[in-house]
Amino acid sequence: MSKKDKVFTVKVRRDFCKGCGLCIEFCQKEVLGASAKLNSMGYNPAEPVKPEACVGCMICTQVCPDLAIEVYSG
Amino acid sequence: MELVNKWPKYYKQDVVTHYCPGCGHGIVHRIVAELLEEMDLGKQAYLVCPAGCAVLAYRYLDFDIIESAHGRGTAIATGAKRANPKLFVISYQGDGDLSAIGTAETIHSANRGENICVVFINNAVYGMTGGQMAPTSLIGQNTMTTPTGRNPEVDGYPLHITDVVAQFPGVTYAERVSVGTPAGIRKTKKAIRNAFQTQVDGLGYSIVEVLSPCPTNWKMDPVTSCKWIEEEMVKEYKPGLLTDKREERRKEKG
Repeated sequence: MSKKDKVFTVKVRRDFCKGCGLCIEFCQKEVLGASAKLNSMGYNPAEPVKPEACVGCMICTQVCPDLAIEVYSG
Repeated sequence: MELVNKWPKYYKQDVVTHYCPGCGHGIVHRIVAELLEEMDLGKQAYLVCPAGCAVLAYRYLDFDIIESAHGRGTAIATGAKRANPKLFVISYQGDGDLSAIGTAETIHSANRGENICVVFINNAVYGMTGGQMAPTSLIGQNTMTTPTGRNPEVDGYPLHITDVVAQFPGVTYAERVSVGTPAGIRKTKKAIRNAFQTQVDGLGYSIVEVLSPCPTNWKMDPVTSCKWIEEEMVKEYKPGLLTDKREERRKEKG
């Protein structure tokens, strides 16, 4: 299976995210958006709004200062 | 379903840092933890924490860490490395710590060419104490103590401490990078890897200056503060390799 056919799934750990929005800004495919619901710290965490568009570039995990994003393959 | 980005081994499981949203410290902590795992240095790693926002790094990083008095990071790192050369010693410092109160320690440890790594987080303000002017603040930058902007006639000019120490014959590797963009973050990881390798090879002093956002004290949102680094801060502090004497040192060692 080539990398092209791989399916990537983004998950955000809601209670780790401080809602800084860096992942939303730097995601080229606009996979992530801000959640309307507050998390336990009172921030609006990021959440996948277009999960099917993820290509697994891992930029969101690199810019996240709080290790709040998990990317699964397959 | 396989997790691609595994939690770094030397980053404590399931902790939420006290850093503000969008702070660059979280990114650099992760890079340090990942590199220690990739380079298999975690067991002998010894991190010297500064006074500053990163004072609580021992809560997040899972290897040997010592706390230093304000600015004395490289002095403690020198002692640790000389007492036990097997240790892998990193001094993690901010700009108020390294370039203001710790100028003497920084300059003399660099001049002695101690075999240590310095990770220097430059965010152009005193972050922990509430955003006062640091020596590295830009001209015209509004801070708590320069509400009308830094005026060079009164406050002097931004201090380029990494450029200063890069001139010393004792400094093997010095680089300036930024974490304002994903490309910058990858370059940061590469630069810190080179610095770590310099110490592993016993080639001498290495310093990596990281231009890092401080959204709270810059009074900006995290995305704007990343843009501010790329538009304003890089004009004063130009990212790039400042000195690289690794080849010469290898030849000297034979």
